Amino acid sequence: MPDLNVADRPASAFDEMNADGGIRPPYAEMARFLEATGQAALEQKRREAEVLFRRIGVTFAVYTEGGDPERLIPFDVIPRILSREEWERLAQGLEQRVRALNAFLADVYGPQEIIKAGRIPAELVLENEGYLPEMVDFTPPGGVYTVISGIDLVRTGPDQFYVLEDNCRTPSGVSYMLENREAMLRLFPGAFARHRIAPVSHYPEELLETLKSIAPPNCPGDPKVVVLTPGSYNSAYYEHSFLADEMGVELVEGADLFVRDKVVYMRTTAGAQRVDVIYRRIDDDFLDPEVFHPDSVLGVPGLMAAYRAGNVSLANAPGAGIADDKAVYPYVPEMVRFYLKEEPILANVPTFMCEREADRDYVLANLDKLVVKLARGSGGYGMLVGPHATEEQRADFAARIRARPGDYIAQPTLALSTVPTLCEDGVEPRHVDLRPFVLFGRTVRMVPGGLTRVALRKGSLVVNSSQGGGTKDTWVLDEAPDEGPVQSQDGRGMTQGDMTQSLGGMTQRMTGPGPAPANDTRAGEG
Amino acid sequence: MLSRTADSLFWLGRYSERAGNVARGLAATLRMALLTQALSGAEKEWRALMVAAGCEPGFRERHPGMLQEDAVHWLTLDPANPAGIAACIEAARRNARIVRTALTVDMWSAINDTWIEFRRLDGSAIRGDRLPGFLDWVTSRTLLFNGAAADTMLRNDAWRFTHLGTILERADNTARLLDARHAAFAKGAAADAACYAQWQAVLRSVAALRAFQHVYHARLDPQRVAELLILRPELPRSLLACYRRVEQTLQAIALANGGAQGECHRLAGALHARLRYGRIEAIMEGGLHGFLTGVIDENIRLGQEIAASYLNGRAA
Repeated sequence: MPDLNVADRPASAFDEMNADGGIRPPYAEMARFLEATGQAALEQKRREAEVLFRRIGVTFAVYTEGGDPERLIPFDVIPRILSREEWERLAQGLEQRVRALNAFLADVYGPQEIIKAGRIPAELVLENEGYLPEMVDFTPPGGVYTVISGIDLVRTGPDQFYVLEDNCRTPSGVSYMLENREAMLRLFPGAFARHRIAPVSHYPEELLETLKSIAPPNCPGDPKVVVLTPGSYNSAYYEHSFLADEMGVELVEGADLFVRDKVVYMRTTAGAQRVDVIYRRIDDDFLDPEVFHPDSVLGVPGLMAAYRAGNVSLANAPGAGIADDKAVYPYVPEMVRFYLKEEPILANVPTFMCEREADRDYVLANLDKLVVKLARGSGGYGMLVGPHATEEQRADFAARIRARPGDYIAQPTLALSTVPTLCEDGVEPRHVDLRPFVLFGRTVRMVPGGLTRVALRKGSLVVNSSQGGGTKDTWVLDEAPDEGPVQSQDGRGMTQGDMTQSLGGMTQRMTGPGPAPANDTRAGEG
Repeated sequence: MLSRTADSLFWLGRYSERAGNVARGLAATLRMALLTQALSGAEKEWRALMVAAGCEPGFRERHPGMLQEDAVHWLTLDPANPAGIAACIEAARRNARIVRTALTVDMWSAINDTWIEFRRLDGSAIRGDRLPGFLDWVTSRTLLFNGAAADTMLRNDAWRFTHLGTILERADNTARLLDARHAAFAKGAAADAACYAQWQAVLRSVAALRAFQHVYHARLDPQRVAELLILRPELPRSLLACYRRVEQTLQAIALANGGAQGECHRLAGALHARLRYGRIEAIMEGGLHGFLTGVIDENIRLGQEIAASYLNGRAA
């Protein structure tokens, strides 16, 4: 039987299921379900899930470290649940934030009014590695830069959500959001019947609509959309092929494309075929060897010229990375006020910029309380979690900060919320974050929820898959679970009568009212 | 369809078929080696199979002798053998993963489950009594893949290129297996027990021993065995049956891609015509070995021409 009231939960952390001694409403039915299911059965489901993911091939590829080249990201079978109200507020905040980030990009590659107004230091933007001079004075089709964003959120209390970071380049993980849901539907159909869970499976359609909506204005007919991948050895290749498949578009590599007269074509069995929109999952630096890395074999020579000529759209726009730079991050709330004339709905985590002397002094004096991160970096590498670090690790980071202060930022250690998670010794609270995906074309679209990542190691705050993190399905409940009659997920109940009727014309011979064919009926029945 | 996708599908079809063919050939050879030790020598049997699969030089580099145990390992689990089952399964799965979007779920499961299962195997899977079971398993996995493709794929270019790879590989396999034993079919070859066993082995390796009886109702004789494998339209692994489908499939591909035909269509048509109007007496008279090496060479050229027309990505 899972122990749902574990005592060793970090005293300060907010648990999303167990709060103030009681079960929070969105989890009411789940708590009962966990009680009734028991640890052994959950453990069994966890193993089934693993087989399922292996069979489907939902793996991330690691070809550099030896061992199994295709690994599973651990999947936790206990979902993370948000109420519709909680989600709606997040959704408003996400839309606001993405609109502001996009306005910022249009501004810094155009009139630069936010710099002229003195709201953000010029050198922070213009001398940033993420700032691409190639994008200056160019407006992408529809004026949209951040077509797909992943905004990482953390929670510290019932109403306290913070944005941990913005991902405006090529955020990944959405395939896990979708596959996790499929796995849960297969593993726990009963639990779905007892909840009204907002669906997420239409994400690929929304993505395709969004991509089509940013096609170049001169695009003839239905826009031809492709997904551009670095190839099958890339760690996120599964996701690239999954999204192309779900959208029904071609998955191309750089060598499949070529540019002639500033128009992009792909090489097909029927000859060259024009391409209008490229959802690219390769980094800016590798997009076009004529403009960026000259030795890149992943990209397409001449792609930027075709882009600038308005003959092809790229999602996301090159240079969008300036908006998710960790040194620019502290200014996002200011962007919301400056461009939208609104107060930010989602808060930033207070951030100390080691570049500034006062901030640096504070950081060096309080390393044991802070998380220090590289201003440019991802994957949880190059990071110091002060309270969990050794004296030597802190001394090492102090030296690094003094040597290159501009490379580091620091944030207070947040008591990230926890969600019950199946661990070796039973169901225990583990820290989580949330990455919702925001689509921005003519309109802003989101599917409810996102990818919940969970730090599986006890007490750990690092949720990255490369650092012992796993994932969970994320449920947004359309209404609070009730204890009324069991409803099937789509609301259509299937009755015995339908069943009999649908089998009526298909079986060989019927005796009596039952659905069983005559030759299956044993003596004494029917 | 993307040229690269067509290329991966074509090779997926080829490698999957090849894995099954190696297993069939190996099972037939194993039987020969066991039963006819005294008649022709097991060593010769293993060498013939490796020559047919084109992996004999690689084996010789690594093994001074021709021990059965080494030969079996080389043809099954040794990843260093590019024509062995291990490499075929790895390559089939690699191509499948690249073009997952063009496969059906059933096809992907067939190939991916095979790959997962295969990676769990250790040396004991091919030792002693477990070897026949292992070979049956490999054969059945290829059958499953072919069945999944035939039963679940849309009849579009994805199907056509996969199928093209499968049947081109199958034709190649039939020609090579027959050629490896051409000596037993030569004029003046003694109609003794050793030759009889060779004819049986050839039929077995293309799953056609029963079929022979159904078609001819007679004792095996070299001319009929050769006719069945080369010219009979009703045997799905005969050269005629394979090239007929190669030609039809290439026609369908041309039709779906703007109608233009190239050298590959001419070659396929010529090969098909030669088989369709060929007579076994003339083939035997002219020399079976010469005829089969001619087919094998044409098959290689055909593969190259298919690549030039469709798989290499013309910019035009």
